[in-house]
Amino acid sequence: MKKNKYLATLSNGLLAENPTFVQLIGMCPTLAVTTTLQNGVTMGIAATLVLVASNVVISLLRKFIPDKIRIAAYIVIIAGFVSIIEMLLNAFLPALAESLGIFIPLIVVNCIILARAEAFASKNTVTLSALDGLGMGLGFTCALSIVSAIREILGAGTIWGINVLGNASPMTMFILPPGGFIILGLVIGMIQLIVSVSKKRKGGDA
Amino acid sequence: MVAELFTISLTAILIENFVLVKFLGICPFLGVSKRVDTAVGMGCAVAFVMTLASAITYAVWTYMLVPLKLEYLQTIAFILVIAVLVQFVEMVLQKLMPSLYNALGIYLPLITTNCAVLGVAILNIDNGYSFISSVVYGLTAAIGFTLAIVLFAGVRERTKFSKIPKCLEGFPIALISAGLIALAFMGFSGFKI
Repeated sequence: MKKNKYLATLSNGLLAENPTFVQLIGMCPTLAVTTTLQNGVTMGIAATLVLVASNVVISLLRKFIPDKIRIAAYIVIIAGFVSIIEMLLNAFLPALAESLGIFIPLIVVNCIILARAEAFASKNTVTLSALDGLGMGLGFTCALSIVSAIREILGAGTIWGINVLGNASPMTMFILPPGGFIILGLVIGMIQLIVSVSKKRKGGDA
Repeated sequence: MVAELFTISLTAILIENFVLVKFLGICPFLGVSKRVDTAVGMGCAVAFVMTLASAITYAVWTYMLVPLKLEYLQTIAFILVIAVLVQFVEMVLQKLMPSLYNALGIYLPLITTNCAVLGVAILNIDNGYSFISSVVYGLTAAIGFTLAIVLFAGVRERTKFSKIPKCLEGFPIALISAGLIALAFMGFSGFKI
């Protein structure tokens, strides 16, 4: 029973409450950094690390932070971890850090992290909060990987930098901003279609 | 000087529109764009905060962080400045203009997590702008944001009444129309000033 609760928390973020596709939050990085798969995955991992760390710390401090200034306190905790990630990326992966650019410090204002702090970590135990952060982070990473893989194949003809389309000329529009909006719209539309079809099937069986 | 400011303004409003080209401030762009009048209110509040934030973060950076060699505290310092600023704007509006305060409602505190505000503060430093350029960039970037969100709200008011495939209803169709507006804005990217 107890194990199930942990597993449910972990999978919650991946599927049922996927931050990008179901809750529709954290849209700025989803659109901005998904020009290549590598960027998308790096962003996802960076956000996941911040999410887990901030969830753990906020959950540990949840009895000490006064209610009135909790948002400010959360933001300072999150900003601290984002600065750490920023310095690590600059030190060890300078090329990737350059291509993600301003969106690394902007992880601070990623709504997913503040939303999980407010909705989950401030009310739950440390282990559950860590799992919730991990689940949400992985859900975010999955969403970023899907969108960025589609955009990279269509827009640049490559995947993880490896050419897959041969000599066919790619449609550059898809790695430009308009393509980001349109692909994300179509992917979310597709997911809504799948969800509604599977609901109908379940309804038919019952 | 004037020519430089003109270039900055035109770039921020049209050529590199914050929302449609740089992807900053997408959350309020998608969240607060169901009606034109709330979109205008949001745009004005953001413009006010962004202009002030540009000025104050520039001062904090130049006169506090750089002399003390604390550049690595940039993110934390800027987000705190913005959070305090938004709180301050909220209190002033509540006291002096209660009608506007009530109209903006929940959107006002949410400006803190609008990435366009932190984005403009960081970009000012990255681009090495002077004080006046920073303030102009903050103001015109916010004008670009307002322009995009008002245009988009107009489109969304109309798509509400058109027949669209069931699975695209709501968010997906909004994203696709945003994509088309962004495509139109790409026409400006040919400008070289």
